[in-house]
Amino acid sequence: MKNQDKKNGIKAPIGGLGAGGNGAVSRRSFLQSSALAGGGMLLSFGWFTSANAAEKMGVLNLPEQQWSELAAYIKITPDNVVKILCPNPEFGQNVMTSLPMMVAEELDCDWKDVVVEMSTHDNVKYGSQFTGGSNSVRMYWKPLRNAGAAARQMLIEAAAQTWGVSASEITTKAGILSHSSGKSAKYGEMASKAATLAVPKEVKLKAPKDFSIVSHSKKNTEGVKVVTGKPLFGMDYKVDGMLIAMIQHPPAFGMKLKSFDATAAKKMPGIKDIFSFKLYDDGFVQGGFDTSTFNEMIAIVGKTTWEVMNARKKLNAQWEAAGDVKVTMNGRGGKQEVTVPGRLETTANQMEMMAEYAQKPAQQLRKDGDPETAFKNAAQIIERTYNAPFLAHNTMEPMNFFAHVQEDKALVAGPLQAPGWMEPTLVKILNLPADKIEIQMTRMGGGFGRRAYGSYVYEAARISQKMKAPIKLIYTREDDMTYGIYRPMYTATYRAALDANKNLIGFHVKGGGIPENPVHANRFPAGAVDNYLAEGWEIPSNVTIGAFRAPRSNFNAAAEQSFLDEVAEAMGKDPIAFRLDLLKRAKENPVGKNNDYDASRYIGVLELLKEKSGWGKPENAGKKRGVAAYFCHASYAGHVVDMVMRDGQPYVEQVTSAVDCGVVVNPDAARNMVQGAVVDGIGQSFYGALTHKEGVPEQSNFHNYRMIRMNEAPKKIDVHFVQNEIDPTGLGEPPFPPVFGAVANALFQTTGKRYYNQPFKVEIEKIKS
Amino acid sequence: MAKYNLKINGKTQQVDVDPSTPMLWVLRDHLNMVGTKFGCGMAQCGACTVHLDGNAVRSCSLPVSVVGKGAITTIEGLSADATHPIQKAWLEHDVAQCGYCQSGQIMSATALLKNNPKPTDADIDAAMSGNICRCGTYLRIKEAIKSVASPLTPNGGKK
Ligand code: FES
Ligand code: FES
Repeated sequence: MKNQDKKNGIKAPIGGLGAGGNGAVSRRSFLQSSALAGGGMLLSFGWFTSANAAEKMGVLNLPEQQWSELAAYIKITPDNVVKILCPNPEFGQNVMTSLPMMVAEELDCDWKDVVVEMSTHDNVKYGSQFTGGSNSVRMYWKPLRNAGAAARQMLIEAAAQTWGVSASEITTKAGILSHSSGKSAKYGEMASKAATLAVPKEVKLKAPKDFSIVSHSKKNTEGVKVVTGKPLFGMDYKVDGMLIAMIQHPPAFGMKLKSFDATAAKKMPGIKDIFSFKLYDDGFVQGGFDTSTFNEMIAIVGKTTWEVMNARKKLNAQWEAAGDVKVTMNGRGGKQEVTVPGRLETTANQMEMMAEYAQKPAQQLRKDGDPETAFKNAAQIIERTYNAPFLAHNTMEPMNFFAHVQEDKALVAGPLQAPGWMEPTLVKILNLPADKIEIQMTRMGGGFGRRAYGSYVYEAARISQKMKAPIKLIYTREDDMTYGIYRPMYTATYRAALDANKNLIGFHVKGGGIPENPVHANRFPAGAVDNYLAEGWEIPSNVTIGAFRAPRSNFNAAAEQSFLDEVAEAMGKDPIAFRLDLLKRAKENPVGKNNDYDASRYIGVLELLKEKSGWGKPENAGKKRGVAAYFCHASYAGHVVDMVMRDGQPYVEQVTSAVDCGVVVNPDAARNMVQGAVVDGIGQSFYGALTHKEGVPEQSNFHNYRMIRMNEAPKKIDVHFVQNEIDPTGLGEPPFPPVFGAVANALFQTTGKRYYNQPFKVEIEKIKS
Repeated sequence: MAKYNLKINGKTQQVDVDPSTPMLWVLRDHLNMVGTKFGCGMAQCGACTVHLDGNAVRSCSLPVSVVGKGAITTIEGLSADATHPIQKAWLEHDVAQCGYCQSGQIMSATALLKNNPKPTDADIDAAMSGNICRCGTYLRIKEAIKSVASPLTPNGGKK
């Protein structure tokens, strides 16, 4: 257990990179205090001063000066309001509540006095402000608590000086400073004086056992706005004189605009203009988050949404095959020229292509021992292939963005996960300096990875620039679904070699996809099997893909966890006992070096799951249950899924979940998140699929893209967290992937058949007929 | 274009729009009432749910021309300060994740309880299955509905 506080609290050097007292002091000034006009104190601080964050920023290749100086703030006003700025956009992961809770905890203020405000974007002040990778709480755990603790210490010092007593004799509780003499004051009364004091070099952080806000459930700070219908989302953004814009994009992946006639459409009421535009200029080098499906599109701009929708129907556009397209990318692999193939894809062919590639030699990703010999000598080989389709994110709020581009400056506003990555592209396409581009982040109606890709932001900016007016670009649901940045299509073949005594002596995974390989080579069961081989391959495609809640893991957990279930069955072992045996091996005597996971935490989750689900208990003997557990990002999660047949259909009735994400900051919201991940996982595994015919997506709205609904959700989802004092390790994604595996395994128990192809609902119908 | 005098949340409001304009866009674009959300535009997701004479309807598929003298209630009409029992239940159960679907969910739930104060689980499923929640908050929605629906015991407390 590294990187964690000792039982009795720690001394944390402010701005120190070290969590838990390995105190290298930061090169950067971390905290700065100033007086507020009208009294009170303003404590500004950098967000990116924890070791984790610094590493992360390094990985993202952001220059150090962008990591932040003077970023977020705590304001304490004389009338005792504690205003905490949240730097990261909210998309349902609860950051606007959980991050301020961390500040308030160490500040020791009354949660009732806390007001939370969303920051605007500022690459310099706040760093990338990226929401994703289950990273927000993890990244800010130390800096936010340090800041809260520093402010508290300054308030104590201010009181000590005012009262002429020693600071060590002053205690704080719920925003009140007290001295044994009976003197007491509210924070607000001391804030103006505190603002004049030096920022402490070192602060003492609380031990988790002393928390009174963190680990104690707090309600969503924007809950009232949500239930009263206040403007919150990008869709709700409005300024005077704003026009509405929509885009007509090619109908198929692999097509492009040939020509169009807008004469009739332009005559429709309310229409201001219709024109085609190019997203990126020729020679533009695309960054990793500049993914765009089509480069030339038609914009329809008018006064109101309905008028634009109607005019759009009158548009007469011709499209043609785009052919192979060369694009210069500057992504993870450095700058490279890639050819996007022009073929118009059909799902049946995609499947055939994947089957064909699966037979070809692939790139070796990891090898331990001598897998070839193990498989040659095996008494039994189990081999299974798993497939999963493209998935559309289908955030409840379709893509949209506001832009007002003027000669010398621009304002863009709306829902997005990665403002820091969009700014450099806006600089290029608008030809404006970064400090003339303001990015505002609204609450997001879901993200799931989709809003890390900024093409809709640039589209809005382009349209506003052309119109010389403020515009809001709105995608219809059809646009959102058929013009997406999807979860890739994946396949993987797993093989297990058993010896004559049914010991697992070899393990082989070979995975691939369109256009991305899903394999995480260094994850379990790597490290637990002597002879291990992982391989991957990829098929380039014009179907645009990107991160989707727990990228790659959301497929791997389905495939690997179903496969392990089948191997356990072949070995005559209980599925949980089998996993625990492997993990014990990985813990005590790991194979190979680069194992990504901590076997102890993995074991802890499985044991908690076993206990809480009553796994193997006689009272549960009649239940049809499936189990799966998975590690991704930095946390561990597992589920036991209980399934029943109703009217000849399998339904998930109840789920027991166990999660180790370290300290849980906001337990009730965390439970909500896990329950949501379970519902999402059941829905995606049963129904989710985006298929193609000649490049045209075959699903376009919720009538033919099935989403899980209330009657299909489980009746009960019990969520249990491993209780420990490990610094938070993230929660948004990790509970999602293992749902797929647990559902597949429960389906086997319920129907007696193994399901290898998602969506399971389609497979179930196929097997029936 | 045509003029309509609409009864919305107890107030009469005049708009001058094309008769085919869905109530959703009348509310959002013309009356600045953005609590009612756009999710699909084809009566599949429930994000745009409002009440027409007390019944839940999908405003994306309700042309303004058919509203007539009907009384429209939107999320803004329940209460502006979250004091309506359903809004309170939603807060009490901390239902929302992203929150985008929730005004539609709340409007469907309110209509359900108005017409059926003690719904069974099956009643709730049936009434709420038109509302998608992409974040998967269905269990909490159901709990919140049930907490409002719980019959009072003779001594006045909740069961
Ligand atoms: S927007 Fe009306 S039901 Fe989806
Ligand atoms: S809370 Fe996000 S869609 Fe329901």
